[in-house]
Amino acid sequence: MPHQPTAQTLAAAPDFPSTSVEENKAVIEARGLEKGFMQAQKQVHALAGLHLNVGPRQVTGLIGPDGAGKTTFMRLCAGLLRPDAGKLQVLGLDTVRQTLEVQARIGYMPQRFGLYEDLSVQENMDLFANLHGVAHDRRAERYQRLMEMSGMEPFGKRLAGKLSGGMKQKLGLMCTLVRSPKLLLLDEPTVGVDPVSRRELWQIVYRLVEEEGVSVLLSTAYLDEAERCAEVALIHQGTILGQGSPASFRVKMQGRTWKLHSGAISSRRLQMRMLRHASILDALVLGSSLRVVTRQGIALKPGDLSEIDDLTITPLPPRFEDFFLAALRDDEEVLTPPAPLEITQELEQNTAHPVVQRPFVSQMDASSDASPAAATAIIQADKLVRRFGSFIAVDQVSFRVDRGEIFGLLGANGAGKTTTFRMLCGLLPISSGSCTVAGVNLRHAASAARAKIGYMAQKFSLYGNLSIMHNLHFFSSAYGLRGKHRSERIQWALDSFALKPFAEVPSQTLPLGYKQRLALAVALMHGPKVLFLDEPTSGVDPLARREFWQHINQLAEQGVTVLITTHFMEEAEYCDRLVIMAEGRVLAEGTPADMKREYGGHGEASMEDAFIGLIKASESKEVPT
Amino acid sequence: MKPGRLMRLTGLVRKEWLQVMRDPSSLAIALALPLVLLFIFGYGVSLDAKNVPIAVVVEQPGSQSNAFAASFFNTPYFQPHMMRSVQEAEEALKRAEVQGIVWLRSNFDADYLSRTSPPIGVIVNGVDANTARLVEGYVQGIWFGWLDKQAELSGTRLKPPLQLEQRIWFNPEVRSTDYLVPGVVAVVMTLIGSLLTALVIAREWERGTMETLLVTRISVFELLAGKLIPYFVLGMAGFFISLAMARFLFMVPIRGSLLLLVAVSALFLLVALGMGLAISTVFRSQFVAALVALVVTFLPAFLLSGFIFDIRSMPLVIQGITRIIAARYYVSMLQTLFLVGNVGFILLINSLYLLGMATIFLGLTYLKTGKRLD
Repeated sequence: MPHQPTAQTLAAAPDFPSTSVEENKAVIEARGLEKGFMQAQKQVHALAGLHLNVGPRQVTGLIGPDGAGKTTFMRLCAGLLRPDAGKLQVLGLDTVRQTLEVQARIGYMPQRFGLYEDLSVQENMDLFANLHGVAHDRRAERYQRLMEMSGMEPFGKRLAGKLSGGMKQKLGLMCTLVRSPKLLLLDEPTVGVDPVSRRELWQIVYRLVEEEGVSVLLSTAYLDEAERCAEVALIHQGTILGQGSPASFRVKMQGRTWKLHSGAISSRRLQMRMLRHASILDALVLGSSLRVVTRQGIALKPGDLSEIDDLTITPLPPRFEDFFLAALRDDEEVLTPPAPLEITQELEQNTAHPVVQRPFVSQMDASSDASPAAATAIIQADKLVRRFGSFIAVDQVSFRVDRGEIFGLLGANGAGKTTTFRMLCGLLPISSGSCTVAGVNLRHAASAARAKIGYMAQKFSLYGNLSIMHNLHFFSSAYGLRGKHRSERIQWALDSFALKPFAEVPSQTLPLGYKQRLALAVALMHGPKVLFLDEPTSGVDPLARREFWQHINQLAEQGVTVLITTHFMEEAEYCDRLVIMAEGRVLAEGTPADMKREYGGHGEASMEDAFIGLIKASESKEVPT
Repeated sequence: MKPGRLMRLTGLVRKEWLQVMRDPSSLAIALALPLVLLFIFGYGVSLDAKNVPIAVVVEQPGSQSNAFAASFFNTPYFQPHMMRSVQEAEEALKRAEVQGIVWLRSNFDADYLSRTSPPIGVIVNGVDANTARLVEGYVQGIWFGWLDKQAELSGTRLKPPLQLEQRIWFNPEVRSTDYLVPGVVAVVMTLIGSLLTALVIAREWERGTMETLLVTRISVFELLAGKLIPYFVLGMAGFFISLAMARFLFMVPIRGSLLLLVAVSALFLLVALGMGLAISTVFRSQFVAALVALVVTFLPAFLLSGFIFDIRSMPLVIQGITRIIAARYYVSMLQTLFLVGNVGFILLINSLYLLGMATIFLGLTYLKTGKRLD
């Protein structure tokens, strides 16, 4: 099939010298690709008629949430799966009939790159050099180059299992690159990797494209990585929503993104009102202000939305994520706002100054002494230490969280977030240090503290083959709810989280977003004062993530204290205050704005800039000692 | 040979070997398991009854009854306890302190002298049927031996019209160790072979390394050969340990050719490795694969190979099932080569069976291992 270069694909690679038509042929051509799987006795359409052209000698990003079909498409391209229908050509070869020829020309790095953890870095590379048939006399030169690119030279003899997450990922890439492939398929190479390693991985990929003319298809669930690609294909539910340069996506959203700030009400109150507004597509809390996306054709000018007091409107540059939201939501008639969450009667009684009081406390100084109600620390961690044998997972961690705050623990995988969390929930004994939650000392009365907290674990911990109703019944009785109170709480959960239509559906067959709602409902059954959320949004698509954060904001408004861990840098912005953790230690504590100002270099810096600045600063501090 | 095949194969074998050397569990299976199993079976399990505790009740000691009771002390098979009353002996039997009672009534001497044949009561604990039969036989042996001696003393030697001249071939001392140890070698080889490989393919799936291997240029043949070669070497090391223990520790004779013994063991190891690979390929989880390997290879090798329980005395249906148990053919060849010698016919037939089974298992694995994930 001759490839017709579209305006979009031509615009996508302006930085690379134009080549002959022959050479400009797409490296991947997919036409009407379909692939289904059986999952829990249900046919799942991973790919539903996917069309895609991937251009040569550039980085093409395949971006979409978990379950969008990214991995399935990658595996089809690598010849590991057979399509149910449609046509797929890789480097002009048919992936079904010419599998071995395709595999001889591509490099493929699966999401979980299978490194042999009991082999050293060098032995892993030797193995893959053997498997890829790299001639012995050409190895030294190639190894040298890969080591130099990745900065792994000092670690040649170290066992792969003893490397950090970021280094493992780099080693995986090196093993894939023992010979120079024509096409490199990278399946979510940056997931859960710390921002420093993430930047380094991108540097390696860029160099491959520039110096070796490799074509790269890289999949990711981080929408903010779109900006790093020459071209982006947005994948959702097995089809491509759009393809083009990141700029072309942004252009489409020009004039629809705004920053709102009200001197009269809190950004969270403002968000709740904006989400119900007919002309608003999306509203995100960013510190003391709100970032909104308006519906197609609607521009905001000063004086609009006059129902809000003291409102300032400033235009903002659009982001890639805005397009994704617009693509999914533009067709919807009216946005369905989240149902109001009423936590418990008990909690409302306890709240001396309920919701109405809070709007006048601005987000920025919620933690300061401005509000006497907020100043009482509900969680106080003091020099927490957790050792596993000789390994120190959490090292002298101290912080305080005030009532009604959303407090974040930000860090890469393995930074000690989950261990800290488990100690705070009384699930893991504390090696040394002290910690009080809701006035209860965890060293002495862990179970008393547990009654006051709600906990949502990373993998949701639901019973997959039980229905929503059965899950709610079970967990409510596990929390000791009985009789009328219990049935009221179950009714509350079904109503507040709109779970009623699915009440009898086994929870494993629910979409991820619904599972998340159910998990949150379960954690809130007993009306806890403190809610612990361990990576609640990893792998969830942006829409479900937004809905989730709306629930969290509402809870915070009602005085529930929320502690959340995340490795999404952007999510840190939704927190009132946060700590950044690395290697078991707290590197910094403060508001997102403080962090960005202090470590990112300037006020407009991203959370990732701040994170990297902070890591660099702490590393340089360590050098002299 | 396809280009690059040797390089890929060396790479795989080297990798597997490094993993074996760094992971003590494979080495433990291959080298420590034979030691432990052979010790347990060689020393612990014996089908010979020796030092069996029995109660000898002599109600009224007399010269004859004492002489008869004394003969129980002169044999290695019994450990007699002299008792006065049968009630006392019965209590001891109930408490399992003795396995049997030999009961000489008060009228033993009188009856013996008056030539009215005096009765001896023998009570045997039948809970352990095997020991019970042995005790029964030994007691009878002592009884006849004593009668013989008495007749000689009195000069009226019994001359039976027929004389039974018993010879036991291949294991004249009827040492159970001699035929148990070759059987244990078969069980050990089944366990080593299937367990070693049952884990390794499942491990690649579990750790996500399989997907990475599949996109390289290795063929299914290379993948499987890369697994077979190192574990074959390891399995043979286990075999030589077992062989050395059988010969030098348990003094089992090797009457057949050593070369043939090694050859049939290598063949059987291929079958066992093939079973392990097949299990591992189908189940893709180390835990499940290990359990399945134990249940479908080790247990049948133990119960149905004829190494402890004679196949001919099994019900017909079970006898039929033993035909698909590879260990059965190996046990038969091992017992032949250790105790009898090179019996061409037996070795040929059994080897053919094993060859067929190796082909089936390895072929099945080959067909089931695709270069695709679905």
